[in-house]
Amino acid sequence: MTTTPVSLPKSSAQTASPPARPPIKVGRVLVYVGLVVAALFFLLPIYLLLVTAFKTPDAINLASTWQLPKGLNWSSFSDAWAKIGGNMGNSVFLAVTATLLSAIIGSLNGYALSKWKFKGANTLFAFMLFGMFIPYQSVLIPLFQFVKSLGLYGSIWALVLAHVVYGIPITTLIFRNFYADVPDALIEAATIDGAGFWAIYGKVIFPISIPGFVVVIIWQFTQVWNEFLFAATLTSTSSQPVTYALSQLAGGQAVSWNLPMAGAILAAIPTLLVYILLGRYFVRGLLAGSVKG
Amino acid sequence: MRNTDRLWAKLVLAPSIILLAIFVYGFIARTGYTSLTDWGNDPVQALSLHPVIKFIGFQNYIDLFTGGLNARFRQDLISTLFFTVFFIAGCLGLGLSLALMLDRNPKGEGVWRTIFLFPMSLSFIVTGTIWRWMLQPQGGVNQLLGLDPNKFEWLTGRSSIWAFDWNKIPLITAVVVAIVLGIVAFRALREGQRTRMLVAVACAALLLIWALFVGPNVKLLPAPELHGFNIAFIGIIIAAVWQMSGYTMALYLAGLRGIPEEIREAARVDGAGEWDTYRTVVFPLLSPITLSAMIILGHISLKIFDLVFAMTGIDNATTDVPALLMYLTSFKQNAFAAGAAIGTVLLLLVAVIIVPYLASQFKTEDNR
Repeated sequence: MTTTPVSLPKSSAQTASPPARPPIKVGRVLVYVGLVVAALFFLLPIYLLLVTAFKTPDAINLASTWQLPKGLNWSSFSDAWAKIGGNMGNSVFLAVTATLLSAIIGSLNGYALSKWKFKGANTLFAFMLFGMFIPYQSVLIPLFQFVKSLGLYGSIWALVLAHVVYGIPITTLIFRNFYADVPDALIEAATIDGAGFWAIYGKVIFPISIPGFVVVIIWQFTQVWNEFLFAATLTSTSSQPVTYALSQLAGGQAVSWNLPMAGAILAAIPTLLVYILLGRYFVRGLLAGSVKG
Repeated sequence: MRNTDRLWAKLVLAPSIILLAIFVYGFIARTGYTSLTDWGNDPVQALSLHPVIKFIGFQNYIDLFTGGLNARFRQDLISTLFFTVFFIAGCLGLGLSLALMLDRNPKGEGVWRTIFLFPMSLSFIVTGTIWRWMLQPQGGVNQLLGLDPNKFEWLTGRSSIWAFDWNKIPLITAVVVAIVLGIVAFRALREGQRTRMLVAVACAALLLIWALFVGPNVKLLPAPELHGFNIAFIGIIIAAVWQMSGYTMALYLAGLRGIPEEIREAARVDGAGEWDTYRTVVFPLLSPITLSAMIILGHISLKIFDLVFAMTGIDNATTDVPALLMYLTSFKQNAFAAGAAIGTVLLLLVAVIIVPYLASQFKTEDNR
């Protein structure tokens, strides 16, 4: 880190001077070397994932781990799909339903908490937020009994219920912070015009909530899709989401590795697509998760 | 008019509050109660329709911490502490380095950022599946780096380092707390808060006296029981850092972007070199971010479950953690009361980190 601290903004006056080639900056080169090494650390597992998934079972041996496959063996994917395709369907239903429900609840809660502050609203909110940090192991046994007593055990609705309820804190948090940036003057103006709680939500708040909804939906979708503990405890074979099916697919000892690798790709594609296409919003949800001081 | 609106606000919140009151606080209380019973300690009773459940007080906790059959739980606690320390250190170190490199505006910054952050969108199960294959002793990482599979066994390694006797835990705890209190006292002294300093010094002194005279004679277990850092965890830590360091990078990058260029410029005008600018201006401004990152990562680490499940399974005592043992105890062995006790211990560990964090967040908010 010994570069010369010359990073003045480029003004038009300077471009007039003859462009003396700047000396190769050691720091600059080091940055790129560092970036490449880091990128290798992040991408090599993905390379191995892809080449293994495309190999035929007999071509997978530990000695040729890193070599490219001879041909593209798409049957890994159809085999994996045969085993976890149904679970992918469960996950889609679960993630979409739970995400939409908790987004709507979060939006209303965030609106009520940020624009209609009442005494003790902050303390109440802190108590709500605690729910997103608890280890779910500490509520799992009563939750299991509760779900069973409702007759929902083994049904996908048990998972929907768990994800909606335990998703309320984070969705409320994101919307509350989002609406905090909406000027109170807007609300006051609407009140003077005679609008009430619901009219303001419908005419003022909801129309500008789209970015908030995008952040919350992306975040919740990813969380619900990737969740595992509830998936492992509240479901039966027919309702298991893809994370659990994948863990079973990879769990066997004598399994040929192309199958779990292809399964991992299938299970990763939805959230990965969301991330690549809407990364900006994904990062916002990520940062919102660390509360907001 | 406004009164009805305020009523609506409360009505809208009511269902969520009731649900969370039941599903969070009610269920925690219920788990706490279950942990004080003997439900499932007798396997026959566990699954019967109307099990006979007796209240046995704190016996399950006493068994966990001092019982002859529960060495696995104690190892899990130690493992989770080691895991947390290395996981946080790895994420902070790598995340900060990545953020600092990206902050120098390299070409294709968006592409680099995407590469470093994409594992965050994956499930721990996917990550675990990939890294289990990466860390096969005969293949993956070992082949790439030319490492000897007999020395680098990764997940299958069975050795343990830094072992110490469980009987020394009260002693170690007392000394550590006394040192922390000493630091508190020192800071209070510098800020001129006499009462706080005196209280802290007194408590620290009491603890040290206890540690000197009583502590060495406290025996939790009849015989010494060694616990250390199981090196099979190194592979799991690498996978966890691979997945989560993008998060710290994003946090730090947001922090770095928030530092106005004028402040850095001013430091340079004062003659500070590049490194001095970082040391005196940038890093101090990033320290609140480091603290929140440590808290968030710490609670994730205590709860880690899926990644270990996918990498080494639930029957692998070497790489067990309390979150996994709770699942195994309650849902595979049907020992619900013991599982509830583990869940409660886990909750207390997380609460120690999270409650002060939430309290501080909302204190500052009220003062605004």
